[in-house]
Amino acid sequence: MGTLLDLLGGLLLVAGTTFLLLGGLGLVRMPDVYNRIQAGTKATTLGTLLTLAGAACLQPGWTIKLGLIGLFLLFTNPLSSQVLARAAHRGGLHPAGVTKVDRLAEDNPRELGPKELGEPS
Amino acid sequence: MTLVTTVMGLLLALASVGAAVVAIRVRSLPVAILAAGLVSLLAAVLFVLLAAPDVAMTEAAIGSGLTTFLFFFVLGRVRGGGDHD
Amino acid sequence: MVDALILVAAVLAGLAFLLALLRFLLGPGPADRVVAFDGLTIVSVTGIVLAALFADRVIYLDVALVYALLSFLGVIVVARYLERRP
Repeated sequence: MGTLLDLLGGLLLVAGTTFLLLGGLGLVRMPDVYNRIQAGTKATTLGTLLTLAGAACLQPGWTIKLGLIGLFLLFTNPLSSQVLARAAHRGGLHPAGVTKVDRLAEDNPRELGPKELGEPS
Repeated sequence: MTLVTTVMGLLLALASVGAAVVAIRVRSLPVAILAAGLVSLLAAVLFVLLAAPDVAMTEAAIGSGLTTFLFFFVLGRVRGGGDHD
Repeated sequence: MVDALILVAAVLAGLAFLLALLRFLLGPGPADRVVAFDGLTIVSVTGIVLAALFADRVIYLDVALVYALLSFLGVIVVARYLERRP
């Protein structure tokens, strides 16, 4: 018990939400769909896992359910980001001009369509 | 603590109004479906804040999951309808 | 002390929510909006966990579990639709 575990839990909560904030900042600032996928998925996954760990430190009776949520996010989140990046690449979105390496286009050069980056909505 | 809940609820309500405006104004059909799903997702969080977790679970499962899935399924089936520019 | 830390965490999560919502509002294409949708869902899971800590009720975590599942399914469905597009 004690206040030490509570203090650790609070600090983990603040660290996790800081990573969430950095992920949101990357989501706004990045120039490209692929960079946004990278920033918006990795950073927010780590932030959510840290937040769940902090909540488990604050309420030790909830550990099993919080661990289940964390395990589920850890399995599904990278998978969904990978599927989304592949779909965007096959849908014909070019990476931004600063991108130098494009392994999917090297594998199959006919995958990229004639569309330019982004679309006016 | 109730002040924090109130501020979070106001933020969620304003965000769902913004998502609803996007769902009305945008030209592209998939983006409109996605914005409508976002409205019900934010409504689910709002229900959690208002201490109704069972309503929130139903809203998240039906309003966000099933409706969005059905809309995208039909949109994939219908050829030529809705030019997504 | 711990209550103040939870408050700081709630403020930071609200700022992250606002940034992801900004990307959803002005994202140029459908793929950007799907990424922003995913980010909003993950931030909302954190918000539900914080709400469970505030209200001290364990039943809220079930909503977070359903939420994570539906985010995954929604992104998969939208990605399959975007992939089929010419």
